[in-house]
Formats: sequence, C-alpha cells, structure tokens
Amino acid sequence: MPKAFTPKVVTANALLEGDVIYLGADDTWVRDLADAEIITDEAIAQMRLLDAQSRASEAVGVYLADMAPTDSGPEPTHFREAFRATGPSNYSHGKQERA
Amino acid sequence: MYSYTDFDAAFVAERNRQFRAQVERRIAGNLTEDEFKPLRLMNGLYLQLHAYMLRVAIPYGTLNGAQMDTLALLAEKWDKGYGHFTTRQNIQYNWPELRDIPDMLDALAEVQMHAIQTSGNTIRNVTADHFAGATADEVADPRPVAELLRQWSTDHPEFQFLPRKFKIAVTGAEQDRAVIKAHDIGIQVVEKDGKIGYRVLVGGGLGRTPMIGKEIASFVPQQELLPYVEAVVSVWNLLGRRDNKYKARIKITVHEHGIEDIRARVDARFEETRKAFDGTDLAIFDEIKAQFAAPAFRNAPEDDFTAAYDADPVFRAWADSNLSAHKAPGYAIAQISLKAHGATPGDATAEQMRVMAQLARDFGHDELRITHEQNVVLPHVHKSDLPQVHKILKAHGLATANIGKISDIIACPGMDYCALATARSIPIAQEIATRFDELKIENDIGELKIKISGCINACGHHHVGHIGILGLDRAGVENYQITLGGDATETAAIGERTGPGFPAEGVVPAIERIVETYMKERTSPEETFLQTFRRTGMAPFKTALYGEEAGKKARAA
Ligand code: SF4
Repeated sequence: MPKAFTPKVVTANALLEGDVIYLGADDTWVRDLADAEIITDEAIAQMRLLDAQSRASEAVGVYLADMAPTDSGPEPTHFREAFRATGPSNYSHGKQERA
Repeated sequence: MYSYTDFDAAFVAERNRQFRAQVERRIAGNLTEDEFKPLRLMNGLYLQLHAYMLRVAIPYGTLNGAQMDTLALLAEKWDKGYGHFTTRQNIQYNWPELRDIPDMLDALAEVQMHAIQTSGNTIRNVTADHFAGATADEVADPRPVAELLRQWSTDHPEFQFLPRKFKIAVTGAEQDRAVIKAHDIGIQVVEKDGKIGYRVLVGGGLGRTPMIGKEIASFVPQQELLPYVEAVVSVWNLLGRRDNKYKARIKITVHEHGIEDIRARVDARFEETRKAFDGTDLAIFDEIKAQFAAPAFRNAPEDDFTAAYDADPVFRAWADSNLSAHKAPGYAIAQISLKAHGATPGDATAEQMRVMAQLARDFGHDELRITHEQNVVLPHVHKSDLPQVHKILKAHGLATANIGKISDIIACPGMDYCALATARSIPIAQEIATRFDELKIENDIGELKIKISGCINACGHHHVGHIGILGLDRAGVENYQITLGGDATETAAIGERTGPGFPAEGVVPAIERIVETYMKERTSPEETFLQTFRRTGMAPFKTALYGEEAGKKARAA
C-alpha cells in the first residue's frame, strides 16, 4: 500500500517583513497558521506549491510543511514548524506577540 | 584605535549605495530571490526562521563609544530594542525589515561600521584576542598583524576561489583567548632572542569534523609572515578537495597528507613567494601599528579600589571573577557579563549598550571589545574607577559576577532563530544558569565553561566546551548530546561524548550529575573541572549518567 499522504500547508517568509506566511484557500497569504489552507491531496499540494512559488515578489523560500488537521486548524507535526507558527521561546516576540 | 582609510570609507559608501538600489529592485520585482540572495548575503543580510537577520561586523571585536551608541540606535529604531552578540565577535539583529536595511547600513557607515561579510570561499575576517593591547601576558598587540593580513587577503587575486572559506586568528599572548587552534591558520606572536616573530598553526576547525590545529612553524620572522601565510594558502589551494564540500577545509588536507608533508610543500612554495614581497608590506605594517597605539595611561593611587574591595562583598565577588591583569600599572581589564542568570546569552538592550558606551567614554579610554564568549570588555580601566563602574553596571543589570563560571554559557541562536538549527540552544542555557544560581554553588564549582550549539555547524563551539552540548533532531524531537573535556585555550582539546543523548528536560539533571561527580572526585577545590576530567577520564561521569555498567565499560576501555 502506498504511504498515506501527510496533509500540508504552503508556507514561506514574507518578502518585506520576513515574517512567516501561509497560503490561504482564497490564495491570499495569511499570517496565522489557523487560517492556512490544509491540503490533503498530493497532486493539489504540488500545484498549489508551484503557484505560490511563482509569486516571487511576495514570498521567499516557499515550501510544503507537514501538518495534522485538527478542529482548530492545521497543527505542526514537527517542532520547527511549531516555532515558526509562534515565535522564539526566549522572548514573546514574533507571532505570539501579536496574538 | 584603528580607523578606516579614505579608500575603505569610499568602498563602504559605494557598496551601500549599490545595495540600496538592489533592495529597491527586489521589492519592485525586478530581481528574483535567486538573484538577490547572494547580494544580500554579501551585505550581511540573512533570512532566518521568523524574520530577516542583519549581521554587523566588529573587526577584532574592537569598537568605541560612538560605534556602540550606533549599535544601540539600530536596536531601538529598526529592531526590537536589543541586539545579540555572537561567537564571531559580531552583533546580530533578529527583526529588521527589508525596506529598512539600507538605512541601517548608512547609519553604520557614519561610524565606520558595515555588515559586509567577506562571504564565499575567500579568506574571512581575521579575528584576534579580545584582550589585545591590554593584557599583561602579551608579547605584542596582535591586531596590527591581523589588520595587515586582512589588507593583504582582501581582493587577493589568487585567493578569490579557494576550495572553501578560510579563517585566521591571531593572539599575542601565550594564554590563548582567540581559539587559534580551531582556525584554518592560527598565529601566535612570539619573541626569540629579542626579535618578534610568529608561531604558525594550521588545520584546526570545528563543525562536522572537529580538528585541533598543528604547529607548522615555530618561528617565522616578522618580515616573512605574509609570504609564509601566502605559501600555506597556496599549497592548500592546489591540494584542497574541491569535490566534496565537507572535505574541502584545510583541516582535512592536513589530516590526509600529514603535517610533515604539508610543511615540506609549504617550505618549497615559500622559496617562491618570499621573492615576490619587496618590503612595501613592512612600511604598511608600521603605519597600521601606529594606529593601534596604546592610550595614554594615567598614574593614580588605587586606594578607592582597595577600600571598596575590602568593604563591599558584592564588588569583591565581581572584581574576583570579572577582572583580569592589565599591562599598565594601576589598570585592569573589566569584563561585562551578558549572561545574567536566566537571560539570553549575548543579548544586550539598547539602553545597556548606551550605558557601556558611556562607561567606555568616561572611564575606559573610549574602547570596548566584544568577546567570542559573548561578553563585553572595558579593556583599559584604572582601578580607582572600578567601584564607580561597578555601581553603574549594577544599576543596569550588567554586573553579573560570573565570568568563566558555569552560568557564563556560550549559546548560539539555535532553533529559536536560526534557519539551519536542528534544536534550540537558548532555553537550555537559560535553564542551566537559573538552576545553578538557585543551588548557590557556582563559586564553589569554579571555572567551568559550557558551550551549546543548535546544530553540527558548531557556532556555539560545543566541541571545545569543558561541557559541550549539541542539539539534534532525533525523529522529530529535540535531543542533546553531551561532550566532556573540551578546551578552547592553548591546551585545546575536542570534547569526548558521554554516550547517548538526552531529551530537552533531561539536560539540566544530566549537567547536575556531571557537576556533582566532579565535586566528589576533585582532589581539592583548586582542581578545576577540566583538570579532574583529565585525571579521572570519562568513567565516573559515565557511571553518574548511565549507571554502574556503563562506567565499568568506560574504565575497561
Ligand atoms: S550552530 Fe547551527 S543552529 Fe547554531 S547558529 Fe550555527 S548554524 Fe545556527
């Protein structure tokens, strides 16, 4: 049996602020992981990635990040994505500061 | 203090002007990220986990009050009110926005600073002892020769496409504070029969394959240093492995060929290179030396110091741990710890930077240094001023008396900021410092250096920590490998792994067990952690960490 596809979000850093951004279902870049579109189909994920990569004047370093779908939206499966979604642990800076 | 030549200033201004245009073109969509990335890296601009990061160079870790004030201005105006001093004697800003970078660079240029990183496979910024020009144990100030090497290597046509990057460090003292044995070339200023010369080491480095540098020449006369170093770089330029990034550094070349073989090749090449030097470099060297001339030290009684030392236990504790011997009578070198217990190692607020700048102006001949251990130094303070200096530091959270102690931890930014990280470093450092402060045994433990890196790149120098901690990603969970017995000084050594790693919450208990073992095993409070480890070996520590069986195996091995 082929390995089950881990759901993904499209993510990057914003060109101007460097802040972590995610691709929403309506094609806008959103700042909050909860608002990101969670993609459960591999082919769609690849297409969304290519689309996003072509938006070079908005986003830098676009890639697909593994997520677990939950009632409150996508949740990181790896701690690196968890930090990206909240901010550093030594100061309340970054996303957690605005939350 | 060294100041830019007009040529340097014009070069920086031109670079800033170009970079401003490049940023504008990137924002306007006329440059792709692939085109822009090498340009921004050349100008010290990185994209990290949460934001851009600007890395500003502080050559030889030396700066004056006005420069420190500008670093404070950048922190306040374009960042979140603080900056992070690194193990490469730089400062990093973690939160600037792309649009603001050109203004930040212009502000830096006003005080002769820049963020130009000699990036790529070239000879990088030369580093030097942070006590240079002040310490009592120095043969000569190493910075003039470091600056000479910088000028010689900058834009050297033969060395623009080296197999890999190349780092040089220089010390003028027997006691090595510049970690010269962990550099591609380490240079020690030495004296023989009344003449100044250089002891040259080659092939050191940390990272994936840590190596301790080996002596290639015990004495190179002053006038022959440049041709000699040129011969070393040129031999490596030919032999160095360009097929594999991880085998390209000179440490691998030296390891594969052996130091004797490399020495013979260098000596042969040196016969050629020395002919090409006509002595102009010696004239330049004299000019540079004049720029690094010592300040006019004053003669004054030390009574105020003695009185405070006798009367105030807090001052006494600070003086005992944070001061070092100065070459001028009545003076001391004062270290300002950026390691308040529980704080982020190496971070200073804009306000703290301004306080340090003012202290340098009022009491320190307008000089400051940044150490690779992420602290700040007032290199020239008259002892009679120290009680006043201490009082001001204390009022601004800068008087932590822990230099060289267990809470004076080196930690790289790790996964809290760094895009390359495999685990966090900062919270580990915070927890260790907080714990040992609670236990109140820091002074009893004595000298103990903990160094933490958040990945194998080893920016946190973990290999040469008495206790080294390396953060890794083990199947999606942070895991920490501990090494013991590393040493960054003239008796340099690479630490030895204790065994399997520890989860994040297991690190502090493990460090506690290591420290308890040391205190039980030491012959007297005078025997340092490193001395004890060297005497007992790993066995008692293994037993303490992993149980009797593991200890027995270590003893038998
Ligand atoms: S050691 Fe690794 S995690 Fe730490 S600063 Fe260097 S590259 Fe980043």
